Amino acid sequence: MSATAAGLLQIVLLLVLLAVAFRPLGDHIARVFTSTRHLAVERAFYRIVRVDPEADQRWSTYLLSVLGFSAVSVLLLYAILRLQDLLPLSLGFDGMAPDLAFNTATSFVANTNWQSYAGESTLGYTAQMAGLTVQNFLSAAVGLAVAIALIRGLTRRRTDRLGNFWVDLTRAVVRVLLPIAFLFALVLVAGGVVQNLSEPHDVTTLGGAVQSLIGGPVASQEAIKLLGTNGGGFFNANSAHPFENANALTNLLEIFLLLVIPVALCRTYGVLVKDKRQGYAVLAAMAVLWGAALVAVTAAEVNHSGTVPQAAGASLEGKEVRFDVWASALFANSTTGTSTGAVNSMHASYTGAGGGMVMLNMMLGEVSPGGVGSGLYGMVVLAILAVFLAGLMVGRTPEYLGKKIGRYEISLVALYILAMPFALLIGAAIASSFDTTRASLLNEGPQGLSEILYAFASGANNNGSAFAGLSANTEYYNTALGLAMLIGRFTTMVLVLALAGALARQRPTPVTAGTLPTHRPLFVGLHSVTVIIVAGLTFFPALALGPIAVALA
Amino acid sequence: MSDPGSERTHTVTTVQAPPAGSAPRVGAGLFDPRQLVASLPDAVRKLDPRRMLKSPVMFVVEIGAVFTTVLAITDPSTFSWWIAVWLWITVLFANLAEAVAEGRGRAQAATLRATKQETPARRLVDGVEQVVSSSSLTLGDLVVVEAGEVIPGDGDVVEGVASVDESAITGESAPVIRESGGDRSAVTGGTKVLSDRIVVEITAKPGESFVDRMIAMVEGASRQKTPNEIALNVLLASLTIIFLLAVVTLQPFAGYSGGLQSMIVLVALLVCLIPTTIGALLSAIGIAGMDRLVQRNVLAMSGRAVEAAGDVNVLLLDKTGTITFGNRQAVELLPVGGVDEAALADAAQLASLADQTPEGRSVVVLAKQRYGLRERHTGELPGATFVEFTAQTRMSGVDLADGHQVRKGAAGAVLAWVRDHGGKPDLGVDTVVDGVAAAGGTPLVVAELRDDQAHILGVIHLADVVKHGMRERFDELRAMGIRTVMVTGDNPVTAKAIADQAGVDDFLAEAKPEDKMALIRREQGGGRLVAMTGDGTNDAPALAQADVGVAMNTGTSAAKEAGNMVDLDSDPTKLIEIVEIGKQLLITRGALTTFSIANDIAKYFAIIPAMFAVVYPQLDALNIMRLATPQSAILSAVIFNALIIVALIPLALRGVRYRPLSAAAMLQRNALVYGLGGIVVPFIGIKLVDLLVSAIPGIG
Repeated sequence: MSATAAGLLQIVLLLVLLAVAFRPLGDHIARVFTSTRHLAVERAFYRIVRVDPEADQRWSTYLLSVLGFSAVSVLLLYAILRLQDLLPLSLGFDGMAPDLAFNTATSFVANTNWQSYAGESTLGYTAQMAGLTVQNFLSAAVGLAVAIALIRGLTRRRTDRLGNFWVDLTRAVVRVLLPIAFLFALVLVAGGVVQNLSEPHDVTTLGGAVQSLIGGPVASQEAIKLLGTNGGGFFNANSAHPFENANALTNLLEIFLLLVIPVALCRTYGVLVKDKRQGYAVLAAMAVLWGAALVAVTAAEVNHSGTVPQAAGASLEGKEVRFDVWASALFANSTTGTSTGAVNSMHASYTGAGGGMVMLNMMLGEVSPGGVGSGLYGMVVLAILAVFLAGLMVGRTPEYLGKKIGRYEISLVALYILAMPFALLIGAAIASSFDTTRASLLNEGPQGLSEILYAFASGANNNGSAFAGLSANTEYYNTALGLAMLIGRFTTMVLVLALAGALARQRPTPVTAGTLPTHRPLFVGLHSVTVIIVAGLTFFPALALGPIAVALA
Repeated sequence: MSDPGSERTHTVTTVQAPPAGSAPRVGAGLFDPRQLVASLPDAVRKLDPRRMLKSPVMFVVEIGAVFTTVLAITDPSTFSWWIAVWLWITVLFANLAEAVAEGRGRAQAATLRATKQETPARRLVDGVEQVVSSSSLTLGDLVVVEAGEVIPGDGDVVEGVASVDESAITGESAPVIRESGGDRSAVTGGTKVLSDRIVVEITAKPGESFVDRMIAMVEGASRQKTPNEIALNVLLASLTIIFLLAVVTLQPFAGYSGGLQSMIVLVALLVCLIPTTIGALLSAIGIAGMDRLVQRNVLAMSGRAVEAAGDVNVLLLDKTGTITFGNRQAVELLPVGGVDEAALADAAQLASLADQTPEGRSVVVLAKQRYGLRERHTGELPGATFVEFTAQTRMSGVDLADGHQVRKGAAGAVLAWVRDHGGKPDLGVDTVVDGVAAAGGTPLVVAELRDDQAHILGVIHLADVVKHGMRERFDELRAMGIRTVMVTGDNPVTAKAIADQAGVDDFLAEAKPEDKMALIRREQGGGRLVAMTGDGTNDAPALAQADVGVAMNTGTSAAKEAGNMVDLDSDPTKLIEIVEIGKQLLITRGALTTFSIANDIAKYFAIIPAMFAVVYPQLDALNIMRLATPQSAILSAVIFNALIIVALIPLALRGVRYRPLSAAAMLQRNALVYGLGGIVVPFIGIKLVDLLVSAIPGIG
């Protein structure tokens, strides 16, 4: 089979898998968050943490719960990382330095999983499991909860209540993430991904040197790493490492896992707003962005005009030969289109156009299809922006799903749009200004600027993938990226929940022929164009000096 | 001739619903370039930073202009001076847009102010008249006004009836009747009594009269930003911040790349990116929207009401005067007892010659149109005695010289006349009369006395006639998502017949004011916005409850107070135009915002390669317009950015073309024209400007 045919076949297989999972998973998630029953294990948990699961929270209370819970998570994880030498199964590693521990703790709690360290030479099994894997579940569950709260804001009428964060969080973990992660951990083990708690194996290489190979509870972390759009690898090489991603089959499964919840949430959305077409419209906009980027990345990587790639038939530097160019491009596009950030190839080695494209995927605000929960709420916020412009053009006060978009609502949307570029551009501008911060760069010129832009795009958008090349384990990058991750994750959540609160207060306007239809192809087009224009206009100058200059060279 | 079954009738007798977008009385939207010159001093005065603060986008441009001017002085070059001058021109053009819009209103205000001159008022105190100045009148004062005098203040007629010339306010030269009691009692200060004597109770405080408010409104002095305008301003301000962020952080990236930019270039980039087009035109669009209403003789009490009009979901329309002609008309002649139809027509015409009521005229018209009977003039019938209609006789007719008499009138009256003249009413006539009444019409019986023998000829069927083109209008409204509800005092059978004929979506029969109120509340409870017209005091609560309440100028002061708009023409059909103006206002804002943002794409392609092709020559590939030099490229973008504001002033004042379409169709059209157009136009525009600019020494 030719590389092209194999590549296309993989894409088709992936789409089939997603299509099969779409309805059952989407419907299941909708049921999870509307059910009035509590499972025994959940009830026990509510008793332990002493929350009343029947209490319905205002948006402000919901928000305080999100922020309080996340703050405690950061502190706990920070403590585990700093004190890991005192923990069992530490493999003899020391505690992390303060700036690195801050960066890592915020990174995993903010669902970013940016790693300024190499897992196999920094962390023991306890820190990996009790620290990182736990946050892989919890941070994804928080994102899911916030998305559900926004949907409640859109569907509820004349109320100030958005549901109960603790119930949403618990159900997201117990009924959605745990079962699927468990199932796919087993599948990955069957596919060849390692899962053990053994001491490192010493092996003698062909060259005669002795190499110490670390195994560990990889598969269990791998499943949630992808399912929760986390992306933090057990090993430094992430999904390019054969222990994390054994072969083409596990590769496809991993891509499926990182896409499946963000995609299925569109179904959940349609079910919960009682108009499935709205869910399909959001999905279509996501698909347009993901598909267009995939074509661009793949084309850039397959048809490279450089001398070496011409000889090799494609741009292969930094890619696993096991996965070839098509599977690498598919993975790269999906991991940056979701806020996962796991990698099976080194994005820095991509062509200027391909590398710029995966960077742009993040700069779009992680909405194609985005992270667990965050992709959906990001896309809904952008739909509201599109509705605002388009709604004026049909001569009505703009409204989305019957809720009017007035001064307060558009202010929140505007701040949401502002938050991420703020963190990204300021952080990157400082990094490019000083000799000390520029010292971390591997390359000079536009490729060097791409390294900086990529790092901050990854942080501010909670993606977590690294461009490679940038030595990010310095005080500036650890701190600045940590802050970018917090801003990118939590200021947006504040705004989304405030928006949900404002929408829930309204009485919906009934749909008439004068209502702007938000489920038709025309709106899907406007929605996608809005996403591209907002990001394009914000980042074009910076991109011109980075990846565009590389691509045109 | 009274119409027993109908609700109160409007005084308005609009002959035909004006077609959508018909030319208004005042030349709406006609844009005279001379206005630009005339408004220039105003535009310069608006450069005051305190006034610029109202528009955050243009304020940023003004700061940029000051900044570049300082730079041009300290480090002069052809390029920096050109940029500085064009940034000032950009600000000036924005002010010009607003000044022109305001100037048009001011011209109208001047005319209005002429009516506000001091007039002596004859105030009644305990029945004794004393002459005071009109400005000293306060609430509750009673004043006497006689023929030839100007009414000194707004009020209600409490005694007498008079014909009043209101042309100063409405522009309509035909005098109108104002009388005490009922729904035609309101008079406006500054209008002139033409006949008779009335006593007026003053209902407005000094300085708050109708004309005062109208002046404030058309001058834009009392204009406050509307909710949508504020929301849009928020969005524009945050876009400005985003672009500020993009430009400020660009300098470190440029420094890293070894191509630090001059501050002039950065300011130019910022001004080109921020949404100056819509920022400059936003307030002009708002003023012009109000202006368009005024030109259609509608006075909105707030901009909020105009916006709400665009959002309306339900229109409550009174049947009489709005959907049907104010008076019933003859639609058919039904002979009885074997009478020839032509003979009936002849008699009916004869009997109606002296009847000058619209109903009477309609009989003559029907006889001519359907039976080819030439209208006879009273002079053609020598010796004839015409019997006028009176409320007592309820009949009209003619006694010819040869003793032949013809009568036409209410069934009971004519039947009694026949009996009195020895005739025996045919039994069949009762059936026909009942049949007409059951169909919602009014039967008029025609009888004649010939050879001393009275007998019945037949029945004239008077019916409500739906105005021409109403069905199409309601179809359009339906396509726009607006439901029409006909409100009538008729019984449900009649109401249904007319509702079906007119094509309204729903009707409210035997409607009392409370029913109207309940209907509005019910619709609003479902999240819908309701618009209605009204003129009577008993309409006031419903007018106040409705989201858009248009009071007729002929109505009572209470109605005018309760509504949020007043229609000076008192044309209830205008509600539809008001909705369209409201929509047009929002569409214009949305379209120009989209256009403004779409423009940025071309500006990037002009400026970014100009800035960085020195550092990275490969970026010259982005210079797809092949602009001559970096300086000419940046200057061209700045100049285009300024010129597009002036180019769009006429559009902002006129409003974008509006056709009643479904939201989906409208979006498609506007997204194509202003979205796609907004992407393409600047590529061409900037290239053209560049061709000129590159000829300047030191730039090209």
